[in-house]
Amino acid sequence: MITVHIQYFAILREQRGCAHETLATPAATAAALYEEVRTRYGFSLPRDRVRAAVDETFVAWDTPLRDGHTVVFIPPVAGG
Amino acid sequence: MFRISTEPLDPAALQRTLADAHAGACVTFEGWVRDHNDGQPVRALDYEAYAPLAEKEGMRILDEARARFAICGAVCVHRVGALQIGELAVWVGVAAAHRGAAFDACRYLIDETKARVPIWKKEHYADGSTVWINCATRGDFAKPI
Repeated sequence: MITVHIQYFAILREQRGCAHETLATPAATAAALYEEVRTRYGFSLPRDRVRAAVDETFVAWDTPLRDGHTVVFIPPVAGG
Repeated sequence: MFRISTEPLDPAALQRTLADAHAGACVTFEGWVRDHNDGQPVRALDYEAYAPLAEKEGMRILDEARARFAICGAVCVHRVGALQIGELAVWVGVAAAHRGAAFDACRYLIDETKARVPIWKKEHYADGSTVWINCATRGDFAKPI
């Protein structure tokens, strides 16, 4: 198990009901962590509509997670 | 400079930051909050950003614009928070020696910002419903949440 910090924005923040949490997880990758929280909290967005960021950098879904990482899942953007 | 702002934007002040003796052209783009989208009357918008990554990705887009177009300077600032109809949501400005590069770079900056920067928009409709734009999924498509 590792402990990661997760920040939620926009539709994911609303569906989670909070903006951030610290979670102990068996997830080895960003993808596994998204699937874990998506199932737990009932997120409507499938993973292929979302991007992952670790420690303020976009990463590939197979990026390994380490203890203390800050993970953000990026729902489809809509600036402008 | 690429910045996320919680305060109202001041186009005149932003444009002054582009002043450059080499520049013969300045093209600016303003994104305003409009009162309709996809046939629905819009009452107001909420913008939200993951600011550290938004500013990092925005700076990358500015670097790309400098590499692609012969420009002297470029600025993009995006507002976040609760915005009313008519308010300024995003301001892009480009200074260049000649207008062609300034127009092209300005278009590039706003298009890439909309496509890549982690900023989200929630529309509030006249009937009280709300939608996070681009976040509809099969099954709830076009249905306000």
